[in-house]
Amino acid sequence: MQEFTAVGKRIPKLDAADKAAGRIQYIQDIKLPGMLYGKILYSKYPHARIVNVDTSKAKKLSGVRAVLTGEDIPVIKLGVYKDNTPLKTGKVRSYRDEVAAVAATDPEIAQEALSLIEVTYKALPAVFDPEKAMKEDAPLVHERHKTNILKMPWKLHYGDVEAAKKKAAHVVEDRFSTTWVTHCCMGTSGAVAEFDHTNNLTIYTNTQIPSLAQKDFLDTLKAMGLQDRRVRVVKPCLGGGFGSKLDTYAYENIAILLAYNTRKPVKIVFDRREEFIATSTRQPTITYISQGCDKKGNLLFRDISMILDNGAYTSWGATTPSVMMMPITTLYRVPNVRYEAKCVYTNNTYSQAMRGYGNPQATFAIESTMDMLAEAAGIDPVKFRRINANKPGDVSPQNFRITTCGLDECIDEVKKKLETQGPKEEGIGMGIASLIHVGGGARVYKSDGCGTILKMDDFAKVNVFTGASDMGQGADTVIAQIVAEELGLHMEDINVIHTDTDVCPWDVGAHASRTTFVAGNSALGAARKIKSRILEMAARQLETSAGELILRDRKILSKTHPDKQMDIGKLLRTVHFSHGGQMLMAEHFYDPANENLGRDFRGNLSMTYTFGTHGVRVKVDEETGKVKILKYVAAHDVGKAINPMLLEGQVYGGVMMGIGYALTEQVILEKGENMNPNFRDYKILTAKDVPIIEAPVRETADKEGPFGAKGIGEPGCVPTAPAIANAIYDAVGVRIKDLPITPERVLAAIREKKGLDHCGVELGKGGAEECIIEE
Amino acid sequence: MSQEIAFTLNGNETKVAIQDHWTLLHLLREELGLLGTKEGCGSGECGACTVIVNGDAVNSCLYLAAEVNGKKVLTIEGLATADGTLHPIQQSFVDNGAIQCGFCSPGMIMSAKALLDENPNAKLEDIKHALAGNLCRCTGYVQIFNAVKLASGYRYDAVKVVAWQSKDDS
Repeated sequence: MQEFTAVGKRIPKLDAADKAAGRIQYIQDIKLPGMLYGKILYSKYPHARIVNVDTSKAKKLSGVRAVLTGEDIPVIKLGVYKDNTPLKTGKVRSYRDEVAAVAATDPEIAQEALSLIEVTYKALPAVFDPEKAMKEDAPLVHERHKTNILKMPWKLHYGDVEAAKKKAAHVVEDRFSTTWVTHCCMGTSGAVAEFDHTNNLTIYTNTQIPSLAQKDFLDTLKAMGLQDRRVRVVKPCLGGGFGSKLDTYAYENIAILLAYNTRKPVKIVFDRREEFIATSTRQPTITYISQGCDKKGNLLFRDISMILDNGAYTSWGATTPSVMMMPITTLYRVPNVRYEAKCVYTNNTYSQAMRGYGNPQATFAIESTMDMLAEAAGIDPVKFRRINANKPGDVSPQNFRITTCGLDECIDEVKKKLETQGPKEEGIGMGIASLIHVGGGARVYKSDGCGTILKMDDFAKVNVFTGASDMGQGADTVIAQIVAEELGLHMEDINVIHTDTDVCPWDVGAHASRTTFVAGNSALGAARKIKSRILEMAARQLETSAGELILRDRKILSKTHPDKQMDIGKLLRTVHFSHGGQMLMAEHFYDPANENLGRDFRGNLSMTYTFGTHGVRVKVDEETGKVKILKYVAAHDVGKAINPMLLEGQVYGGVMMGIGYALTEQVILEKGENMNPNFRDYKILTAKDVPIIEAPVRETADKEGPFGAKGIGEPGCVPTAPAIANAIYDAVGVRIKDLPITPERVLAAIREKKGLDHCGVELGKGGAEECIIEE
Repeated sequence: MSQEIAFTLNGNETKVAIQDHWTLLHLLREELGLLGTKEGCGSGECGACTVIVNGDAVNSCLYLAAEVNGKKVLTIEGLATADGTLHPIQQSFVDNGAIQCGFCSPGMIMSAKALLDENPNAKLEDIKHALAGNLCRCTGYVQIFNAVKLASGYRYDAVKVVAWQSKDDS
């Protein structure tokens, strides 16, 4: 067993001390000389013609430097489908549509200017239900598209599902739904855009994709007629990410347009209400699922069709079926699989990536019906999962190659930690659910790569310029640990720079739980190049062979002759300050050998897969429908924990986000309008809500991962909802199929099961007129 | 309307002219340049702007600047010693993984300080109660509780709570 000095240690996050001291700069804290403040006017209708926008009064207000509408700007197409624009012309398609924008010397003046803009709308019929939006007579959200159904190819069929259905001894089928939830980053969205005298753009922006954002903004400049300009993306410290910053947005483009128009830096920062209303949510879904098994409990097929409410525009939410396919085809061994998903335009808010990227929605339906199927087959739900668990060496129907897989052990560990002695108590139940997620990158783009540049100074201190984006998850620290380990240095010798596209190499972005694996391998590759040069140079100095030497504790040591040693810093100075001197620098671009999905959606998307099982014991109050979590266990196969403390933080944080998804969180849209844009009414969990959480870890040492590691950013919130739904069923015998699992829903289901009406009165016995329930 | 107020800010006597409608958060961030205190919601729901006024943790986004006249205000910038040594609560947050994105951390730390000043031996339930008004989206709070527990009584000695077990440990 290799003995590590930095890897595997509980090392504090590199920037934690500055954060604890209040010294770190977020976008809110950035102020440039001469900076103006931008504000955005949003639509007053979910679907309407823009008849006229009168900005004359706003322009006259003292302190206002620019007022822009869709008519004042060039055609700039945004988003995955290029169906969005920074400022709308012709019509608005949702309440969050940007109609006009103002830049002023003071945020309050900008706000006042917005109130002086007069917009005349002509309301249009709107559609908010994706199933209704699919009908032929539904109002069209994008007339040019001719239908509300997006032309996206989410359809696969492996094996023969119909034949398997006929063979199956047990079959279950049902409908599940999930709703809008939102990231709730504690630091709201924002950007500061600034042009230099030759129209090169610097944009400080909250992004998880600095390299792709740079490309998007270059496209914006081209659309503005600015050819061959440079774009520098500077990433301030992010106040949370969770997928919310995987796209570029209208507000960033508006900041660019206002800055260009005023020749001043322009800052746009969202307030909390705006953050709720004008940022994108997790993708809501309606899922029709059927699964079947043979008499012994072996899964025979899985058949899923899904409808996704795309909202009015298309961001990454519409592509979440590509990731949903992973649990659908590969969570447990299932030979015959069919899946179809339709994304449908509506006049609702549009969706984006959010931690898990479709996986939580798909896993909710899969793992809920796994329990239903186990019951139908008369098999214990834990045993049922063991029968069907993936194994190392498996190749799934989608051609995912399972290398390491600790699913069996995760299931067993959760059972062990959750089981209680004695008879089953009334109202208390246990449920489990498992997950698969990409753990070795995900080739969803042309490249899944990440670059690293290492630069060593004369004192053996290292600057690591990485493409990776830290958003609080600890990418900076994990990369530093990997470099320190490989070069035999101390953590304080390593400085990680990840904030500036002018100096950092390309990376596809902080998504798909890929950073530790891909950026880690990239940093490791660069460190290895440096290491081999250090060893070669030291071998000459110490008159031995490079193979004899190791790097440890800032020194070069001989494995066999303890007297032969040298400080790394001294070696570097010796080599630097001699004739024909050298400095040590290295670059490495790591692009994993994973595969893009083919036309049939087959392809080994990731170099390795992360597995896990979550289990929960709940107590359900049958009088109120309230669910209390007594204990939560989240076991994961992580390959190798580079930093156990930060890893636990990912799991704890993911689990709490997942419990919120299961029980309390929902963006309530009433005919497209957000009814709860604040933390009073949108319930993320608080300190008071934290149950006992255990996060056991299985280390399977994946040979492709840096020091054996797999990704763990997202899994924490993937199987939470079905684990809780299964526990509620075990506790009180009702199955909740729609998220969130509110007390109202649980109580209604309990009363229905008992043959009572909504007021708890036996059916037919009470006067219906007395039973008034306000939904 | 404007007025002049005098108060103690992080131990320093401070006199400043303010507008009546300014919040304490506005005064700290926009006028005095103390950017460590964060605005997460502007309506007293998230606790990111928490500072300590005369010993009590308050949401500075709801607290009128005029109200601090004659009082003692402590912000995150006032916790470390003059030589930069972090306060034991800050150090405990650092060492125990209680900080991820860090946006909630200044407010969270100030709430923890107000709690431990009043009740140095706070139990888990006390900690949960005291931090209930400080939202965190990253950590799931677990490591924050650990950090506060380990700093309680300020007898902080870098003891690690190990809830995690690897195959090799067991």
